[in-house]
Amino acid sequence: MATAKFKIWRGDASGGEFKEYETELTEGMVVLDAVHQVQAEQAHDLAVRWNCKAGKCGSCSAEVNGQPKLLCMTRLGDLNTDEPITIEPIKAFPLMKDLVTDVSWNYEVKKRIRPFKPRAPDFEDGSWKMHQSDVDRVQEFRKCIECFLCQDVCHVLREHHMHDDFIGPRYLVYNAALEMHPLDTEDRREDLRKSQGIGLCNITKCCTKVCPESITITDNAIIPLKERVVDQAYDPLRKLVQLVTGRGK
Amino acid sequence: MASGTTSLPVRSSFGQTSRTDAWWLQPLVVAVFLLLAVIYLTWGAIQGEFYTFGNYLSPLYSPELFGDTPHALFGPRPGIWPSWLPWSPAFLILWAPGGFRVTCYYYRGAGYKALWLDPPNCAVGEPRGTYLGERSLPLILMNVHRFFLYFALLFVVILTYDSWRALWFLDPVTGQETFGLGVGTLVIALNAFLLGAYALSCHSLRHLVGGGLDVLFDKPVRRTALACVGCLNKRHMLFAWMSLVWVCFTDLYVRMLSMGIWTDWRIF
Repeated sequence: MATAKFKIWRGDASGGEFKEYETELTEGMVVLDAVHQVQAEQAHDLAVRWNCKAGKCGSCSAEVNGQPKLLCMTRLGDLNTDEPITIEPIKAFPLMKDLVTDVSWNYEVKKRIRPFKPRAPDFEDGSWKMHQSDVDRVQEFRKCIECFLCQDVCHVLREHHMHDDFIGPRYLVYNAALEMHPLDTEDRREDLRKSQGIGLCNITKCCTKVCPESITITDNAIIPLKERVVDQAYDPLRKLVQLVTGRGK
Repeated sequence: MASGTTSLPVRSSFGQTSRTDAWWLQPLVVAVFLLLAVIYLTWGAIQGEFYTFGNYLSPLYSPELFGDTPHALFGPRPGIWPSWLPWSPAFLILWAPGGFRVTCYYYRGAGYKALWLDPPNCAVGEPRGTYLGERSLPLILMNVHRFFLYFALLFVVILTYDSWRALWFLDPVTGQETFGLGVGTLVIALNAFLLGAYALSCHSLRHLVGGGLDVLFDKPVRRTALACVGCLNKRHMLFAWMSLVWVCFTDLYVRMLSMGIWTDWRIF
């Protein structure tokens, strides 16, 4: 039976190293299967976070051959198994053990984003009227499974560690879902520009490339938010028109 | 904000990555083509001659506000232009399409990666530890993109007019203009079309036509405009490259005709 070699990161915040394991391959195997096989047969203390094995829980984020991936959605058939396959933890967050990182920073960031604030209901029963085409635009953002691969690959967090200044692509998508919602009345542009650091994004589209849900993060969420920030802070012509006509926010 | 007992991994050194693919190839190709385009366009703009051939006008010089050719709108070089300063009609106009491209969301992302290596590619270590992004000078000026868009749309109209002018050839026998079609006409028209596609697929335009609104169901014109621009926007990168390559070729084509090196084929 065919085998493949895996170089898996073993260690914690104090240090570690790649250790090589060889395990048997079976048809249709994904990287997470291989990691579990190694864990069962050779390294019982190997730490790996996983849950659904269906690409929907976002738990098994890691880097396979240097590319941010969900371990459960990365087929070994798509990789070159003639060479050792490198598996390491995501880099934008503190390492806990082996392939497990502490992503709690993300949940703290989420708490800081202004929540959904709907306009007054359209009907007496407290419901609203929305057109499907207006809702469609934000549906894409709701596909996010919070795997944080976009946060991992974003160089502002990964390389520059600007976690205090920048909320990362995931939470720009979250902002976009709220800000573009047809019922929402909250204005998040000042937060985006100042405390959430949207100006730190330099549009390299790495977040879009790694998204397992194929959300067009840069083009459909970040750039539209950047344009809304321009409306609010960098467009004196628009301000003048609004002043004259009294329209627009 | 990172919590507690653990710390972030150390920063990667320049080029450090576990990627096994040729991650350097794409930024290298982008950098080479961007630099070639900038070098050619700068050279072409500095020349100040060989930019017209009959009814053809190079897009680097259109509109020719002041100049010595029949295409000039307001006559020869203005007297106030300092004699010590090099002169080319292109200097008066190229800042607008140039600014549109420099501040373009696609070129920004591509340039930051390919030219500034910030990052060299996704999940690859960078050469510098410091990073300011687009929230302070000078890169905060990238936010003026929409103003360059207004000029770019004006240039699309002007280049479309140039395409129309490129259909009218001066008959040397009668001295009259006659309708015709040359290869140069097609080259110039395709340039106008590609610049139009590039400008109409702009992210800022998408925002301005309707993307900035949350409710569009009661605005059918803006909803349709947003759908059209959004459709083009998916190919913005393609149009950016095609229009950049073609504007260089269009200038080269007119220049070669003007210098008598190439011959323009008349289709009819």
